[in-house]
Parts: sequence; C-alpha cells; structure tokens
Amino acid sequence: METKTDAKPKQPMMENGPYLEKFERFEKGAKGPAWVLAARKAGISHFTELGFPTLQDEDWRFTNVAPIAKRPFEPVVEPTRDAVAAKALNQFTFAGLSGSRIVFVNGHFAPELSSVAKLADGVKVMSLAGALASDTALVEKHLFRHARADANAFTALNTAFFQDGAFICVPAGKAVAEPIQILYVSTAKDNGTTAHPRNLIVAERGSQVTIVESYASLRDAADFTNSVTELVAGDNAAVEHLKFQDESQQAFHIATVAAHFGRASNVVTHSIALGAKLSRTNIYATLAGEGLECILNGLYLTRGEQLADHYMIVEHAQPHGASHEYFNGILADKSKGVFHGRILVRPGAQKTDAKQTNKNLLLSDDATANTKPQLEIYADDVKCTHGATIGQLDDESIFYLRTRGIALEKARRMLIHAFAGEIIDRIRCEPVREELDKLVWERLEQNEQVALNP
Amino acid sequence: MTQPILAIQNLSAGVEGRQILKGINLVIRPGEAHAVMGPNGSGKSTLASILAGRDGYNITGGEAIYCGKDLLELDPEERAREGLFLAFQYPVEIPGVNSTYFLKAAYNEIRKHRGQPELDAMEYLTFVKERMKILNVPEDFLKRPVNHGFSGGEKKRNEIFQMAVLEPKLAILDETDSGLDIDALKIVAIGVNKLKRPANAQLVITHYQRLLNFIVPDFVHMLYDGRIVRSGGKELALELEETGYELMVNRAAVPA
Repeated sequence: METKTDAKPKQPMMENGPYLEKFERFEKGAKGPAWVLAARKAGISHFTELGFPTLQDEDWRFTNVAPIAKRPFEPVVEPTRDAVAAKALNQFTFAGLSGSRIVFVNGHFAPELSSVAKLADGVKVMSLAGALASDTALVEKHLFRHARADANAFTALNTAFFQDGAFICVPAGKAVAEPIQILYVSTAKDNGTTAHPRNLIVAERGSQVTIVESYASLRDAADFTNSVTELVAGDNAAVEHLKFQDESQQAFHIATVAAHFGRASNVVTHSIALGAKLSRTNIYATLAGEGLECILNGLYLTRGEQLADHYMIVEHAQPHGASHEYFNGILADKSKGVFHGRILVRPGAQKTDAKQTNKNLLLSDDATANTKPQLEIYADDVKCTHGATIGQLDDESIFYLRTRGIALEKARRMLIHAFAGEIIDRIRCEPVREELDKLVWERLEQNEQVALNP
Repeated sequence: MTQPILAIQNLSAGVEGRQILKGINLVIRPGEAHAVMGPNGSGKSTLASILAGRDGYNITGGEAIYCGKDLLELDPEERAREGLFLAFQYPVEIPGVNSTYFLKAAYNEIRKHRGQPELDAMEYLTFVKERMKILNVPEDFLKRPVNHGFSGGEKKRNEIFQMAVLEPKLAILDETDSGLDIDALKIVAIGVNKLKRPANAQLVITHYQRLLNFIVPDFVHMLYDGRIVRSGGKELALELEETGYELMVNRAAVPA
C-alpha cells in the first residue's frame, strides 16, 4: 500500500510523455463530431500545460495526488469483455429504486444492464456517445460549456479521454417523478485501469427531475475514476442531484460537478463520499440567474487511511440568489477529511444570501480534518456567513443517553448517526433518503472504531 | 425492616484534588421521599452526579449500596437498567436524535435487563400515549429531537415524562425547580406525585423550599460543606427557608 508522500516536487512535464502518446493513439480511433475532437485536443493540451497539481498548489494543499500521477495510466478504451451479470448489481445501494437506470461498466455503456422506464414525451435518458450521434445539436449546446478544461488538469484529462457517460435531458415543463439512476461499476483488476465518465444533465426551463449518480466497485483494485458531470438547470427548474461514491477502499476517485443554475431555479445537489482510498469532488456552481435557491449538501464517512476531499466554488453572478452549503464529515482511524469552500460574489450580485458550514467529527486521535472557507465579495449588499467545526462526540450527550440505560457504544453510534442525519435529512427524494440513512447506520454498526472508548 | 433502596455510608469524593463530599450518610427506603437542601457549593449536584455515574469524580472513601449492590462499581447505563433515574438540572439537547426512537431504545434496554420481552411498536405506542396522558405532555414532544429547541420548562417536563416511561425504583431530581415559573413548577410536581409508588423512592435535590410545597418529602436533609448537618421531617424545610442556611449551620454547631 502506498502511504508515504513523495517529498520531491513533481515536474508536470515528466508525466506528459505517456499521456500525450496515449492520446495520439486514442485520437486515431476516436469517433464523433469534429467539435468533440477539437475539445479533446484542447483538453490534452491544457493537461500538458497544467500537469498534475502538487501540494504547492493552493487548491490542492491538503490532498496529495502523487499516487495517482505515479500509477500507470491505462484508459479503458474498449468495452471490457468480462460481463457483469445483472444479478451482481443487486448488491449495490439504490439497486431497489424504481425508475430508469443507466449502467456503465468501466466507463462504457452497458445497455443489457440498463433499463429506461416509460418517460414523458421528449425526456431523454441515454448514453452520451449515443446522443452525440442522435442529438448532436442539443448536446453541442451544453457539452464542455460548464466544466472548464483550462482550469483543472483532471477535467482536461477527462475531456481528452472520455468515452461515454449519461445524457439526460428533460424538456421544458416536463417532470420525471421517479429518480433516474446513473450507475458506474468498476470491474478493474489492474491498478492502472482508468475510466473517464462524462455526464451531461440538462433540466430545461420549468422541468423537474431527480438524479442519482453512483460509483461502485466489484473488485478491490487501485483503479482510477476521473469523472466530469455537467449539470444545467434552466429557469424555474427544480432539480435534485445526488452523487454517491462507494468505490473500493483502494480506488482513486476524482470527480467534477460543474453546475449552471438559471433564474428562479431550485437545485439541491448532494455529495456522499464513503469509498475510495483517495477521493476528491470538485463542485463548481454558477448561480447565473436572479432569485434562485440552491443547496450543496454533503457527507463524508472515512476510516482506515482514506482521504475524502470536497472542493467547492459557488459563484453568485446575479442578484437575489441564495446558496447554502452544508458538509459534515465523520472521520475514524487515520483517515482525513478536507473541505475547501469558496464563495464568490460578483459585482452587482446584490442581496446575495450565501451560507456555508463544514462540521467534522473526529472519532480517533489520529484522524484529521482540514477545512478552509474563502469569501470573495465584490458586491456591498450581501449576507455571507461561514462556519467550521472540528470536534469529538459531546461527553455530556453520551452521559445523558447512558443514564437512560443506553450502552456507551450505542450512545456513540446514536450521536454519530444524528450527525450524519443532519445531512441525510436534506435529501428530498424519500426512497433515496431512507436507503442512505439505513446504509450509513449499517456502516457505523460495522465500524468497530466507533465502539472504542475515546 | 425492608432492605433500603439506597444506603450511603460515609461517602467522600472530590474533583481534581478538591474535596467536595466529606462523609455523607443517607438511607432511603421504599415508599420514601427525601429532600436534600443546601446552599450553592454545598455538594448537592455532586452527590446527584456521583449517584448517576458521571465521570470525573474521585471517590475517596465510603460506599453507596443500591438494592444490595455496590452502586459505584456500575456503569451509568447499568445503574439506569437497575432502576436509578436522574432528572438532570440541565437536560441535554441532542439534535438529530429522535425522541420516540431514543425513549423506546431506553425503555426496551430496561425491559431486557428485567428479563421482559421488548414491546412491539404498537404496544409501546399505547403505553407511551397513556403515560403522556397522565402527565399531560403534548404529543409533539415525541416528534421533536431530544430536548432540542425545548424551553426550560419543557425540558424539565420532558425529564419527568421520561421518568414516567422508565418507571425507576429511585428517582433523583436534581434541582428540577431551577428556572421554572410557578405554573411550570406545579405541572412538574404534580407529575412527580402521580408517579409515587410504595415500592419506589424519590430523592429531591433543591435549593429552595418552594418545590417542597408541592412534592411533600418524608425526610429533609440539610447539606452544608459536603456533610449532612441536619436531618428532620418536612418542617425542617420551612425552618431552613425562614432562618437561612448560614444561621442554621451556626445553630447546629452550638450544642443545645
């Protein structure tokens, strides 16, 4: 297991050789419209310029991606032969949800595992590769517009190498009642295996939709998932989006959710990080219209030597916007949680109401939390608050529960569960909320660390 | 004579080298209500905390025998399961823990300990509703997180409600009257009186006499500087209130 950090600063150019070479080979076989190819080329060139971030990079101060940079890079170019039985998917969280489900194996669409329910007229739930052929104009209007390849090396790499992902489009005024599920399954056996899922979700004006984007592993390999999701909520759209990461404890997971919210829209996006050895979720939210409300909500539960990082930029570009960020972390053993939240209020974005909280619960003396709020305000009539806490379970609460006959271990679990519940309770889709609540409770039960007396 | 519920003998304890209790003697038998009164800093709340099993105190001498068992050897949850209940002076707010879930878990732990089967959801609900009715507790108490956002009066009522559900053998009420207006005080006291049983006992810890107008004790003890300096019947409380603690101590010190 790779645990030591690399003290020598990495020269970005050193890594580019294999990436560039792989790209040149990949490019020859790549299908799709010319504008996609152009974006891919721009992507690899941005990646070459940027290189992998190092700890010297302010935005990556607490998360060392050297283990990712050092691994062999083996993008999964062809669909994997080893078939995943539909039955094997039943073990995953949300398997029992009704509604449409679109499944990808190692980043490739698996139509035999997917099922799309009968949907309202014009609603599209399909693979992005398919949509690039059938709905080119619609896709072109949004793809690559929100996730910027010039600012983030991983987004650049994804743009260069992505194979497929989900394309979901809900036309103006339509509502999809049941949640739509996107499931990414990794079957990787080899540590170099890399998938670049690319999702595009468009909820047009006045539409309503709930989307669950899950990442899971069938095996225990140190594979790498580098995903990008572009999420567009039109004016007055109501969107709930949940990203659920429960990959193998060896895996590396870097994800970007680039979201663009229209006037008077109402968006809730959740990020739940349970798995992976190292995970980083970047959320870039642009509040592009007036009078909208969004909630960015997240929970990370780590143990062993896991690291879960959330990096957020919430950009208020228009007046009368409200953004609320709530992130709670529960950190056991030697694990680490990182939260970086930047609120940017553009000139003219008056009456902005931006709130940010990050709370961390350390279950062991060896666990660490790094939290970094950042406010950048260029308007004068705004309300921006942030707060962060790092602490342990409250002794007085534990004592109170014990005096009612509840054993120490159970009292601790009840309090930890309550801490997670603050986040889970914000999930609006009931079956999703209930299943996640149950899952978190089970994980806490399993985690023997919890039973240790502090 | 029947076995005492609680027999404290020469109990001494302190915190961080400071002696707080300096030899407490107290025997509580079934059916009895005892009041412990005393000024601030006399050791009243320390006594309640030690009996309930709060961490952080050094027991430097003496013992507390609860129904024949060494109380100080038991974990707080074991004491609760054996029927000891502490109504907190400052009940703790626990956001995120649902009251119904919490109380049912506590209730079933205690039943399990007594060798009784757990109640199913319906049986439990019927039982709890009946308890709520006795104490006139609003239904939303169960829907809210434990004590979260409760007013001072609501928190104290919630303590008594929990006591009604858990049916303790020995209820210790730690300054349950503090912070209550007279109406809230009456509601709490009526609740406590309704829960009195011949087999159970109550230990009421208070600074003021007024609670004892409503919860009439069989015995009153005056705690001063870590010792019980006087014991008597309910009339002692009135005497204390009139004379004041300082003067009473001086009188007690002077041999008659």
